[in-house]
Amino acid sequence: MGVDRRQFLKLAGIAGALGLGGSVGFQLLKPGSLDAAERMPTPYQMVFPKSQGNSEVMPNPKALKGRRWGMVIDMRKLTEEKARAAIQACNYYHNVPDIPGKQTIKWIWLTGYVNAFPEVENPFADPEIKNARFIAMCNHCDNPPCVRVCPTKATFQREDGIVMMDMHRCIGCRFCMAGCPYGSRSFNFRDPRPFIKKEYPLYPTRTKGVVEKCTFCSERLAVGKLPYCAEASGGAMVFGDVDDAGSELRRLLRSRYSIRRKPNLGTHPQVYYLV
Amino acid sequence: MLEKALSGSKLYWTWLICLLVVIGAGFGAYLVQYNKGLMITGMSRDVSWGFYIAQFTFLVGVAASAVMLVLPYYLHHYKTFGRITILGEFLAIAAVIMCILFITVDLGKPSRILNVMLHPTPNSILFWDMIVLNGYLIINLVAGWVTLEAERKQLAPPGWIKPIIYLSIPWAVSIHTVTAFLYAGLPGRGFWLTAIMAPRFLASAFAAGPAVLILLGYLVKKLTRFDAGREAFETLAKIVCYAIILHIFFFLLEVFTVAYSAIPSHTSHLKYLYFGLHGHNNLVPWVWTALACGFTAIVLLVNPRTRKNPTILPFACVLVFICTWIDKGMAMISGGFVPNPLHEVTEYSPTGLELMITIGVYAAGALVLTILYKVALGVKAEEEAV
Repeated sequence: MGVDRRQFLKLAGIAGALGLGGSVGFQLLKPGSLDAAERMPTPYQMVFPKSQGNSEVMPNPKALKGRRWGMVIDMRKLTEEKARAAIQACNYYHNVPDIPGKQTIKWIWLTGYVNAFPEVENPFADPEIKNARFIAMCNHCDNPPCVRVCPTKATFQREDGIVMMDMHRCIGCRFCMAGCPYGSRSFNFRDPRPFIKKEYPLYPTRTKGVVEKCTFCSERLAVGKLPYCAEASGGAMVFGDVDDAGSELRRLLRSRYSIRRKPNLGTHPQVYYLV
Repeated sequence: MLEKALSGSKLYWTWLICLLVVIGAGFGAYLVQYNKGLMITGMSRDVSWGFYIAQFTFLVGVAASAVMLVLPYYLHHYKTFGRITILGEFLAIAAVIMCILFITVDLGKPSRILNVMLHPTPNSILFWDMIVLNGYLIINLVAGWVTLEAERKQLAPPGWIKPIIYLSIPWAVSIHTVTAFLYAGLPGRGFWLTAIMAPRFLASAFAAGPAVLILLGYLVKKLTRFDAGREAFETLAKIVCYAIILHIFFFLLEVFTVAYSAIPSHTSHLKYLYFGLHGHNNLVPWVWTALACGFTAIVLLVNPRTRKNPTILPFACVLVFICTWIDKGMAMISGGFVPNPLHEVTEYSPTGLELMITIGVYAAGALVLTILYKVALGVKAEEEAV
């Protein structure tokens, strides 16, 4: 990039006049020259170069590619035991703290039928369904209210539909928690680290004051692996591309009747429950 | 003009020192919160906004209500408000400052507050709330200060201030409308999902703000020689009267829509507030107190004999304040979060530290208000002495 003396002085003058400090001046003169030094990529930026505009980091060639990720939960197969295994795996590998009381953190948890589907209650429904414990998690909605309300883009949606959290940008306003109609977000009211029984060193822990949630194990997809819950559930939770008509997920959705949580809200949740 | 705040009676200085002590205590409590996180509050995974955001919502109303003075005075040349318009504008400044403080103490990561400006997000109502609140603060500071300065110099206010004053009228409406939008646009929160949230907020604001102003007017009259005039009080009382009627009317409209449609995700919140849900009924006595205060205030304010009575009027204003404060400062936020989206009931009540921080912020507002009023009343006294 050729910058002659006259141009340099002009730009420096403008930059100075605008009160732009050192690094900003550099950005004007030679865009990108300071990127490497100044912008330490977050783990997410390393994994998701495109959505973060960080094109110099190559994605892992083994990464799973999907146009629109989703999950099918087969309630006939999901025993309490399998559900607990899935939850345990998620909690361990994501360093989800175990905080007792009402300020707890939940990424994926068990809840009753009437709690997961408060608007479709039916007193005469099959007791097997009515009394079943359903897995609740982030629905990675097509039209996520949490992304809409976030004032800093700390909650954002990737092109493949996954709703992500940038823990380094979150200001802890908790608007996303008010916005989520599924109660799928948790806030770190305190430092979570003392409440992690055994730390998994390959995944970051969080600090107090930020919101967190399930991320469909985006860090696993990036290296060609399925989400922990899908892996640990013994086939009861199937992860896949809802846009791919040939996927196992779509085959299941064709073969059985499925329900989604609060469909009337138009959020288009991407977690389907086969009942 | 600020030098007027530097000389005052013993009572003035004692009051300022008391406020500083309370602010100090609140700040101490905030340091505990800053250190430990919001765990020191009564908030939870289910009720993720609490007392701070509720006070913010209430005070936005108090701030917006300045328009009830500015509009008649500047738009309809209602001269009676000439003496107190500045008091309304200064009350708005103190209220907006408290709003901003309440939002700040509510953040989990206050050190990142500038992210709202560094990453402007027009799809978030919070972004617009920041714009309208700060804008309103600046507008009122400029308009109030410039008109007061002109008054002191016995000159007509400069021409350029007029458009700013006119701008303050729709702007006042905007701050409370945008604040209502924070809640009103959320799917899955039946209690807040109502198009009359903004008008309801404005009605209660136009009741609460002028009621506070009447009470302040009486206080000022007692402490200084400044009297806003009987007619100004009476007009303000009429505004409070109409507004509190509208407030209760809008509430009844909500009750009709919710109760007649009988959609569980909407009725459950009102049930929780007014009758308790699954044995949880923390707020029941409060909301009924609010209703009782509201109705009593209406009776006292509608009747001209009681409304014009200088001992009953402040009492009615206190009732209006209690009614609207419980409605917005307590019930509005908790009522929206309980029951939660999974129809589980987790109740909320503020902790001692949370209350201390809240009182600290109110004291900071009182400090700003005292200083601004001292300046304004000082200028008025000077002018009358000439």
